[in-house]
Amino acid sequence: MEYVNPLTGFRVDGRRPNEMRQLKGEVGVVSRADGSALFEMGNTRVIAAVYGPREVQNRSQQVNSKEALVRCEYRMAEFSTGDRRRKPKGDRRSTEISLVIRQTMEASILTHLMPHSQIDIFVQVLQADGGTRSACINAATLALADAGIPMRDIVTSCSAGYLCSSPLLDLNYIEDSAGGPDVTVGILAKMDKVTLLQMDAKLPMDTFETVMELAIEGCKAIATYIREILLENTKQLEYRRG
Amino acid sequence: MRDLHLPLNQTQRVRLEAALHELQSLAPAAASAASVTVADNIPVNQEDNILKGHGTSDHDGEVVATLCGVVERVNKLVYVRTLRARYKPEVGDIIVGRVIEIAPKRWRLEINFSQDAVLMLSSMNLPDGIQRRRTAVDELNMRSIFEENDVVCAEVRGFQHDGSLHLQARSQKYGKLQRGQLLTVPAYLVKRRKQHFHHLEQYDVDLILGCNGFVWVGQHVLVRENTESKEDKQKLSDEVDTFTPIETRKHICRLANAVRVLSALGFTLTIELIIQTAEASLSSNVEINDMLGAEFYVQTAEREARRRADLLRKKNGAR
Repeated sequence: MEYVNPLTGFRVDGRRPNEMRQLKGEVGVVSRADGSALFEMGNTRVIAAVYGPREVQNRSQQVNSKEALVRCEYRMAEFSTGDRRRKPKGDRRSTEISLVIRQTMEASILTHLMPHSQIDIFVQVLQADGGTRSACINAATLALADAGIPMRDIVTSCSAGYLCSSPLLDLNYIEDSAGGPDVTVGILAKMDKVTLLQMDAKLPMDTFETVMELAIEGCKAIATYIREILLENTKQLEYRRG
Repeated sequence: MRDLHLPLNQTQRVRLEAALHELQSLAPAAASAASVTVADNIPVNQEDNILKGHGTSDHDGEVVATLCGVVERVNKLVYVRTLRARYKPEVGDIIVGRVIEIAPKRWRLEINFSQDAVLMLSSMNLPDGIQRRRTAVDELNMRSIFEENDVVCAEVRGFQHDGSLHLQARSQKYGKLQRGQLLTVPAYLVKRRKQHFHHLEQYDVDLILGCNGFVWVGQHVLVRENTESKEDKQKLSDEVDTFTPIETRKHICRLANAVRVLSALGFTLTIELIIQTAEASLSSNVEINDMLGAEFYVQTAEREARRRADLLRKKNGAR
């Protein structure tokens, strides 16, 4: 199958190779949570809720009482994929993604400012169309910032792939299931540091670099967008408070 | 729009947007310039030695925000005031909390802080009003003072060396709160004032604006002196058996709904504003349950916009 049209250079969904899907973010969607956000990348749609910092529920999980404990739970809604299938709670894929999100967020949260407490992040995929990992990280960042949790920097994530000998930004489900290499990058946007790097399949070293460059560009674009949303939200709250 | 998922019709939407736009235009321009998000640079003059306060960090010699909020400058100190965040306790704050656990010699209270607060048996007045050492019997009778899920009003005493937060309730005005409603609002909407206890005589209602964003609206209780005769206590227990009159209950609900509307719109909660909102709902014959309907939200937003415009005009006129 041709993922990039050789004549026009367009991808299956009509994007150019270095084009991202439409982004949409909204904060404050879960009223009972301390912070919450909805994040869309094209047809991928993720909701995140943050509870905390709050008292540690299970003392045995606490490793270091001088730092906050960060927990994360990732779930895919049954209706999120094309075939409706009941997914068991602790399957390998979701456990792995929970861990990935937790580690990525923990790298940016200033945990030492909140001793004896825990932060819970719940992310749920409402619609899955490729790049759920990235969308979850972006949603979690928005929700954490909304909850007023101090962070070093904004963490954003974006994926890139290499199909039909051209690097493609932000793969959708069709491109993702083509079996080609899929690089997911998470960066601290301002500090220019990589906090997450995952790749399926193999890539030659020189092409890997161009693909990663592309993904980092995507991350930066998302970071700009996320900061716009947060700034607008902060201003709104301040205006209304009077 | 955040926290507001109302079934607005076309006119209401336009009116609400107009009112919010009005509020935006009334806000001082400095407020929007001082808003920052995570990882924004805070412009400072590098020559004067500034002190970095909460919500700031150092990155490559520049001051960077670690929170979303508004930059505040006090002399040399630069800090970020957060909006939506958990409560940050200060000594002397009056707070309302809920008992979640009874531990040896102490109660644990949920107060919207990053940890549970501790209220020691020794730092509260006993119901008999006598000052004495707390005995083992007192410890066994702790459940007769507060049980789990009771709502309690107390004062922040301070941080213990192990980092836990301690409370005290050494006055008749503190203690268990009964016969009313507890509302939770974001903590930034309650400002620290001299007075947090309010007795609204016209309604026979007590209103406590806890600094932690827990607001209590309940039936008025008389604060009694410790030197009471036995008969008075008898009267008190009789009173406990009598019901709250239906009128008072309605007033409680009306005031509680006023708080709900104001907090959902994100307006700072002051006693004047709450009373004004409740009065407005009475004078325009809005039923208690209709106060949470779209129309009343829009009216409240418009009223607030008018009020702030008047304030601004007065201020400019005085100059």
